Amino acid sequence: MTDEPLLRVSALSKFYGSRVGCETVSFDLWPGEVLAVVGESGSGKTTLLNCLSTRLLPSSGTASYRMRDGQWRELYRMSEAERRFLMRTDWGFVHQNPADGLRMTVSAGANVGERLMAVGDRHYGKIRATAVDWLSRVEIDEDRIDDEPRAFSGGMRQRLQIARNLVTGPRLVFMDEPTGGLDVSVQARLLDLLRGLVTDLGLAAIVVTHDLAVARLLSQRMMVMKDGHVVESGLTDRVLDDPRAPYTQLLVSSILQV
Amino acid sequence: MTDIATYNFAYLDEQTKRMIRRAILKGIAIPGYQVPFASREMPMPYGWGTGGVQVTASIIGPDDVLKVIDQGADDTTNAVSIRAFFKKVANVAVTTDTASATIIQTRHRIPEHPLNAGQILVYQVPIPEPLRFLEPRETETRKMHALEEYGLMHVKLYEDIARHGRIATTYAYPVKVEGRYVMDPSPTPKFDNPKMHRSPALQLFGAGREKRIYAVPPFTDVVSLDFEDHPFEVQTFDQPCALCAAENVYLDEVILDDRGGHMFVCSDTDHCEKRREEGHRGHLAPDAQLALERTEPAE
Repeated sequence: MTDEPLLRVSALSKFYGSRVGCETVSFDLWPGEVLAVVGESGSGKTTLLNCLSTRLLPSSGTASYRMRDGQWRELYRMSEAERRFLMRTDWGFVHQNPADGLRMTVSAGANVGERLMAVGDRHYGKIRATAVDWLSRVEIDEDRIDDEPRAFSGGMRQRLQIARNLVTGPRLVFMDEPTGGLDVSVQARLLDLLRGLVTDLGLAAIVVTHDLAVARLLSQRMMVMKDGHVVESGLTDRVLDDPRAPYTQLLVSSILQV
Repeated sequence: MTDIATYNFAYLDEQTKRMIRRAILKGIAIPGYQVPFASREMPMPYGWGTGGVQVTASIIGPDDVLKVIDQGADDTTNAVSIRAFFKKVANVAVTTDTASATIIQTRHRIPEHPLNAGQILVYQVPIPEPLRFLEPRETETRKMHALEEYGLMHVKLYEDIARHGRIATTYAYPVKVEGRYVMDPSPTPKFDNPKMHRSPALQLFGAGREKRIYAVPPFTDVVSLDFEDHPFEVQTFDQPCALCAAENVYLDEVILDDRGGHMFVCSDTDHCEKRREEGHRGHLAPDAQLALERTEPAE
């Protein structure tokens, strides 16, 4: 089982009219693997992520996902009901802005419990106990469980969003700039937490980021994108330490050394 | 009843009634599903029962006997005006007696007297979408209904318990109809929810401003949502009606003076009057007190 990938993407393209979102992107993602997609703004990273998470439909190309029962399913041929079910059980999506991924007007506990209730959990006590457990795993105090995310700091919101996504034990998590907009010390803590969770739970993740440090810390493999194309891909350490494509060399050398 | 007498009967023109009847039939065919319809301007403001009035006008015939209640009362502004409206435009018989009415238009109550087969209860609905305050996008809520994604409804109940220690929703309490659609029973107190379950009467819901009609056909399952460890409960009152001593009915609080005096009386005025005619008396029975007399002049 484990010698099979979790996700197979082949020749995925998305065009916005005549403009290119991303073009002929192909890769495999194995269970437990973290893949970073890096590149500058407008390079098509987020388009790619949105296509993979079926929030956008691609113009051409295929992506297949190995379901929990071992069956391969073509993502863009699934019915909307199946895709939405996948989104809230086996997948997670961590938005750059936590307000996009959270329900800002309901309590932290309900935010974490929503997915459980969506899959049919109807026991308040158990839902709450699970929520308490997950809040502690993302380092949020138990006594904040009835507070709304509006009362949380940016870092706490982002951690809450992660807990909300991981509560159903997904196998694949999409992250769009998970540390964007956070100050550096909070970023470091969040990355540390994420790295721990990903290792403990054996999550596969696709992380879109423009921050090479995030890629270095979280991912085993990375893809560098430019103008909608993948210009280089390989093991993270190899790409960062020995960049081959001119654009990757430029990207790596433009990091400010303190 | 001749054809000519019922042509363009009861305010609406035949085309409009036809359109509304089609929506009603579709609603009955899919219990709990909100059917969009081309709601008309009515000679009353939105929020005063324009949806209910359109439904009533589409189903009423010259032989019908109409009763209109507003929060259970036959004698409040909304009820009196709508009753007068139909008396004028349709010249139908009107009544305050629940048992003898064939159509009962209601704002936020179900009569205490059990309804029978053949009776139709028409609800005035302000906001038909039970998920609205949780999910503001109509496109999204429609999709959620279509795909039966109702986890969000329980998020609301979860929030209630987290904040108040119990499900604090007391009106517009969400129900699941025939095991499929989650429906807002209009802002009736949850006390009335069990009366909707397998009711022999046809229940129609009209939302004029929101342009939706939905229905619960007779003998349809209507189950209030809850948690296993926090089951659905209706309100209970620790004292009987102050006028007719009725128990297990829904009571309204009436302020008596500016020194904190108050009493609890039946919200269903017809029920209260019937009981008093039968000789029941509460501890504040009005034998001498005209100010609290809630009877209405005969129609």
